[in-house]
Order: sequence, then structure tokens, then C-alpha cells
Amino acid sequence: MAKMNLLQAVNSALETAMADNDRVVCLGEDIGKFGGVFRATSNLQEKFGRDRVFNTPLTEQGIAGFAIGLAAQGAVPVAEIQFADYIFPAFDQIVNEAAKFRYRSGNEFDVAGLTFRTPYGGGIAGGLYHSQSPEAYFCHTPGLKIVVPSTPYQAKGLLLAAIRDPNPVLFFEPKAIYRAAIGEVPEEDYEIPIGKAEVTETGTDITLLAWGAQMIAVNKAAAMARADGISCEIIDLRSLLPWDVETVVASVIKTGRLLVSHEACRTGGFGAEIATEIQERCFLYLESPISRVTGMDTPYPLALEKEYMADHLKIYEAIKSSVKF
Amino acid sequence: MKAEFITSANLPIPTFSVLNADGVVSPGAEIAPLTEAKARKMYSDMLFTRVLDERMVAAQRQGRLSFYLTCTGEEAAVMGTAAAFSEHDMIMGQYREQAALRFRGFTTKQFMNQMFSNELDLGKGRQMPIHYGCRALNFMTISSPLGTQIPQAAGYAYGQKLEGKDACTLCYFGDGAASEGDFHAGLNMAAVLKCPVVFVARNNGYAISTPTSEQFAGDGIASRGVGYGIKTIRVDGNDILATYTAAVAARAMALANKEPVLIETMSYRLGAHSTSDDPSGYRSREEEDKWRDKDPINRMKNWLLAQGWWSEDEEKSTLEEYRSEVLATMKSEEKHPSPKLEELINDVYDVPPAHLQAQYESLKKHIELYPEHYPATSGRL
Repeated sequence: MAKMNLLQAVNSALETAMADNDRVVCLGEDIGKFGGVFRATSNLQEKFGRDRVFNTPLTEQGIAGFAIGLAAQGAVPVAEIQFADYIFPAFDQIVNEAAKFRYRSGNEFDVAGLTFRTPYGGGIAGGLYHSQSPEAYFCHTPGLKIVVPSTPYQAKGLLLAAIRDPNPVLFFEPKAIYRAAIGEVPEEDYEIPIGKAEVTETGTDITLLAWGAQMIAVNKAAAMARADGISCEIIDLRSLLPWDVETVVASVIKTGRLLVSHEACRTGGFGAEIATEIQERCFLYLESPISRVTGMDTPYPLALEKEYMADHLKIYEAIKSSVKF
Repeated sequence: MKAEFITSANLPIPTFSVLNADGVVSPGAEIAPLTEAKARKMYSDMLFTRVLDERMVAAQRQGRLSFYLTCTGEEAAVMGTAAAFSEHDMIMGQYREQAALRFRGFTTKQFMNQMFSNELDLGKGRQMPIHYGCRALNFMTISSPLGTQIPQAAGYAYGQKLEGKDACTLCYFGDGAASEGDFHAGLNMAAVLKCPVVFVARNNGYAISTPTSEQFAGDGIASRGVGYGIKTIRVDGNDILATYTAAVAARAMALANKEPVLIETMSYRLGAHSTSDDPSGYRSREEEDKWRDKDPINRMKNWLLAQGWWSEDEEKSTLEEYRSEVLATMKSEEKHPSPKLEELINDVYDVPPAHLQAQYESLKKHIELYPEHYPATSGRL
């Protein structure tokens, strides 16, 4: 075990994967010698050479298309999109190509081993174009897997699983806690299964569900609620597609209440999908309406970021309303 | 020094052509060696493609097929380039390259099964007609979005290079697709990252109804290759020896130097864009006739006849054989049933996840309730 922050854990996963399989290749803007704007790929070019760790021209659609071709050929590409806010030029390649590659060919071809890593999320004074959480757009796409770690331990184990998954995976990294999240991470190889949620705290009164950096706000709110005598069960979803419905259902049957929180805006957010599925499955067990605490339906603001965010205080208030309903 | 601006007129790109309309090779022209057997196979497969196109357009008109898209007029552009590559090279096409697929060995049955989206289709009935794909023949499954295969071909070729394979990638696209962002992204990446890929831009004059004069203002697609630092050649796309010669050289350069090469084939889409299109609304009969006179198949035939490698009798019997084979195969293969219901959820992922299995079980129950409404699958659940 070693103490690592989330960036170091990502770096450790990449290094582990590259050492384990010489077909693993890292590509993206500034990821070469420089090691990426966040340094997630530090020292990898030095260790594995320029052929396997290389800068690309500044073209997200090109990076995505190139990585898809690499994966179809049998390589195992890990492509970095520098900020999730800039993933949209690659939307066609990800949604129309990567996601449908196996299906449309009748399994003649696939893009097994394709992973897109991209830092997402706000709280860093990044304004409209360095703060977005675009996961819901991609969750609407059959054929993709979507993963969001919240701790260094998860980051390494989930990224290794993503790289080795026989399906294309989008790996959203919570950049607000890249350095703030610190924890024990095994130096050796390990994987955390995709599609499995983690119950991080057991409780009896209400289930709180989130993923990625939002776990910090949820944990803080739960501590405040505990001081009021409210017992929260906390679930870190970890994978959004496919998502672990069974774990959430079991928890909600026990607590009778569910609060979902995400950074992204509310309308069409992934919280809506979770709320719908859970009310279908747990209708008779619910003691209050499923609550969503989310970003607002505005572009991501700058000066008013603090007001916009789904912070711990908003979650705390929503917990109290749900319990008192 | 004076501030001087340049235009494409300052950088003229010639068109490489060696075979005249009568099938005579220009004196002094350097052409890649071509054996009689290979030339005959290329020609026969071009004839097959022409026959397939004619019959399938007719079948679409009769309502036996939902959609079709011809290669007509561009057989030499496709065949001449495809025949210069090894069977180990990956072909990533746009959708008008059935001549290349035939050359690789795709059978008449395989064509039909794809077009009828039946249970024998390699693509499991999931894509519209003409979206062929075959791993055994190294022919990547066609995708409708235009130009997406261009950066993918660069990546595929980079993978071949990394693996140390003696193989490269051949990537086709049209003059319209070359306006997509993926074209620019793909060519630039291929050049910068030194990918052994040969891009073939089939400039056939039209993107559905839009003529090239409304598609771009520069000197065709070739000038862009030069701009991206890619070795480039423009060839007469109706001249089989020119396209073949250029492609043989292009493949050799791509593999030896680990670099991309661009070939722009100048030709004409003699047919409609697809069976859903009617060209009489945007171009004249005279224009089409002018190009019909330059038919690439006639031109190759004249050359073969002059070589003594082909005869009029063979022409007649081959055409008859292909016509009856296509008709008979169409008749036998259109009878196969649709893929089974489970193919609806297979291959979305390597294994259907729980939520998809649940949706499938619920669909099965629904079909059992209304079997007459879902005749393709209700009897085979």
C-alpha cells in the first residue's frame, strides 16, 4: 500500500496496464513528455517510449476516431480528452462509432479495450468550459460503459478494469479532487468490477446516492444529518452505465427514502433515470418522494459558482425535508 | 521582398493517366506490372459489380429490396486501387466500394444475405443494404456517418505499424465526405503520427445532388493532401492502369516509409446517389452521356482485347453467367428468415447486461401476447 492522490492513482493504473500488456497505448493532447495538463500521464513516455505514449494534434474528434481504429486493430488505447467540456467534437465518434462498432458489424469487429479518460466537474473556478459534467449525454448511448471514481483506490482499480473491459469505456475523473483526495492504494495490480456500486456507509433512515466528487458533499451532509439523529445509508454508484440497480433497490427497501445528488444540471440528468427506475421498483416502500439535489438548469457559472453547486448544505436541507415529509 | 499571395493556380496538380479510350497505353507511360490472370480477375469482378448494381437497382424498383447504392462508373477507381493491396491490408470503405469487396472474395450469397438482412447476414441484419463487413476478408463494416472511417483508418494503420505487421490500411471516401471534420482530423493525424495508410478520395463529381463546384473552392482533394504534408497523386479514375499503378506505388511508400499517401481518383458517379435519389433534378442527360462514353469498364476491356487476354465471346458468356447467378442467388437467399429475436440485444456489449436481459424477457412476453403482430419472430421465440 502507498499513500496516493487520485492523479497518482490514475498514473499508477496506466503504468500497471502498460507494463502488463505491451499493446496498451496512451494518446491525447499534451500527454507525452509534458505528462498531461494535470500530469496524469507523467513519466509514462519516458518509461514506455514515444510510440506508445504520444501527443496528438489538437482534435478531439480525431483523437476519438484514431483511438477507435487502434482498438479495432487490436491495440488497447487509453485516449485522454483534456477536459470533458471539450469532448463534444468527439461525440459522433463515441456515440455513432465506438458504441455501435460491435453491434453494427454483427460482432465481426469490436473496439474491445478502448478507454476514454477525461477530467470532469466544477468547483474549480473553471466557468462554463472547464466545469461541466456531461455524463448523462453518454448514459443515453447503448454500447458504452461509464465509470466515475471518487477515491484514489477506486480510480486505480476501476481504470484497470476499464482498460481491460471488452467494451468501450468512458472514464470520468473528478478533477476537483485530483489532488485533494488522498488514500491508501495498492502498488500492485487489482481491479474493481464495473457495474457494481459501493455502500460506503450503512444507515436506516434515508439512502444518499452520488458518484465522483459529489461524494464529498454527500458525506459532509450525512455527517450534519447524523448530528440531528438521522441515520444515512450512503451509496457511491461508481458505474453509471450499466448501473447497479439491485444495490440501490435493496437499500431503498430498507430505508424507504432516496436522495440522488449530482453536479450536472437537473433536467435530463442521470438522477432522473435513477429516480424513475427506483420508483418503479420500490413504489410501495417509499415514504417520501425521491429527492434530487443537482446543479441548476443553467450553463455552468463562474462568479456565482458557489450558489449554483449542489453543495452539502443543499443536500442537508433535502435530507431533512425528505425525512420530515 | 514583396508580399505575394499564391493560389492553387500557382500549384497545378496534374492528372496521371496512361490508357486512352480505345485501350491504348500512352507511349512512354510507366505502368505497374500486371499479370494476365490478375487483370482478368480484376476485369471479371468489375463486370460482376456492374451486373450486381443493375440487378439490385431493378430489385429495389420491384420492392424486393429497401435500398441500394451503385459503384457504377467508378469501378476502375475502386478496383485499380484495391487490387494493388495485399489481402492482409485492412480496407475501410465509405459505401460505394463493392468492387473491392468482391475482389477480396465476398460471395454472391454474402452480398444477398447482407442486403436482405436475413439470419445469414454477417452483420446479423442490423444495417441497411450495402453496409457490408467481413473480418475474414479484412473489410471493415461500413458505417453510414460520412468520413468517420478516416481518422479510424489512421489509428488502425498506427496499430499495424506498432505491431510490426507487413500490412497497411486502405481508406476510401468521397468528395463530399472530404468536407467533414473527420477528414481533416484524420489526414493531419496520419501525417503527424506517420501512419501507413493510403487514402483514396473518390472524386465522382457529386455528393448526392451537390456538385463539387458547390463543395469546395480549392483544387480538389489532392491539394489538401499536399497541405497536410502527405505525398499525393491525382489520377484518372476511369483508367484502370493509372489507378492500379498509382496504388501499387502508394502502398509501397506507405509501408517502406511508414507514412500516409493520398490518391484522388477523378471519375463520375454514373448512377443516382442511391435508389432514393433522382439525378434528373440536378444534372443533364448530356453530361451523363459524356461520361458514359468514358466508361471505365469499356476502357479496360479494349485494353484486354488488345492484349489478347479477353474476347467478345467471353464477355458475352461472363455477363450471362453473372446475370443468372445474381438472379438465382437473389431468389434463393431472399427466402431466409430474419435473425432471431435474441440478436436484438446481442453484441450491444460483449455480454448483454442485466438491464438489457430484463428488457428482452419483457419483450418476449409481449410478443407472445400479440404473435400475429410480430410474425418474423413470434414463431421462433
